Amino acid sequence: MTVEVVSKSAGVRRPFFRRRKSCPFSGPNAIKIDYKDVRMLQRFISERGKMVPSRITAVSTKKQRELAKAIKRARYLALIPYLIQ
Amino acid sequence: MAFYECVFIARQDISATQAEALADQFSGVIEENGGQVGKKEMWGLRNLAYRIKKNRKGHYILLNLDAPPAAVHEMERTMRLNEDVLRYLTVRVPELETEPSVVVQSRHSRDDRGDRGGRGGGRGGFRGERDGRDSRSSRDRQDSSDSTDEESEE
Repeated sequence: MTVEVVSKSAGVRRPFFRRRKSCPFSGPNAIKIDYKDVRMLQRFISERGKMVPSRITAVSTKKQRELAKAIKRARYLALIPYLIQ
Repeated sequence: MAFYECVFIARQDISATQAEALADQFSGVIEENGGQVGKKEMWGLRNLAYRIKKNRKGHYILLNLDAPPAAVHEMERTMRLNEDVLRYLTVRVPELETEPSVVVQSRHSRDDRGDRGGRGGGRGGFRGERDGRDSRSSRDRQDSSDSTDEESEE
């Protein structure tokens, strides 16, 4: 996993670093996006069945588009629910 | 010719052999129209995530096709006519997978569900607590507490 330190305020050193996670779908040992892989998709949907925004999961913009498509296909095939009450 | 992946769901009331016959029927349609069926995968009777036409379960069947668009159209038309088919999805793919798909693979390793932590890379912090809990809620909790988790690692 590549580690990248992001300091938002230049000059002032923040008391703690926030490590930036890299996209789980790019780089070496990346996971493949597949609408059939329910277990993989389940990591990217919330408790209510909503998609988790990429700012939380650190998925890159391009891969998030692919992922959204995969989730929607899986929902259509009733592999994952549209909503969980 | 182009590559397609077709998944369709058959009604729960039909038997597995009938579902297989259904798959053969659609494969026949493809072949009549000058296409080929690469792989036929039966995922078995699975629970649907929501009810479709009053069905709670369905037979899932995956077909890998190498066929002209006209053949795919014809197959989809016969699927619409057939009342045993609840739903179908045909997706164009750059290349066909030859090995069994994730669904079939995970069927064999159903019991070891606790061992999911390894996939995400550095997300192993909660692994011990995770087992036996509802997987979805534990993941959500993990997402929200990611920052604190990582700071302690530094």
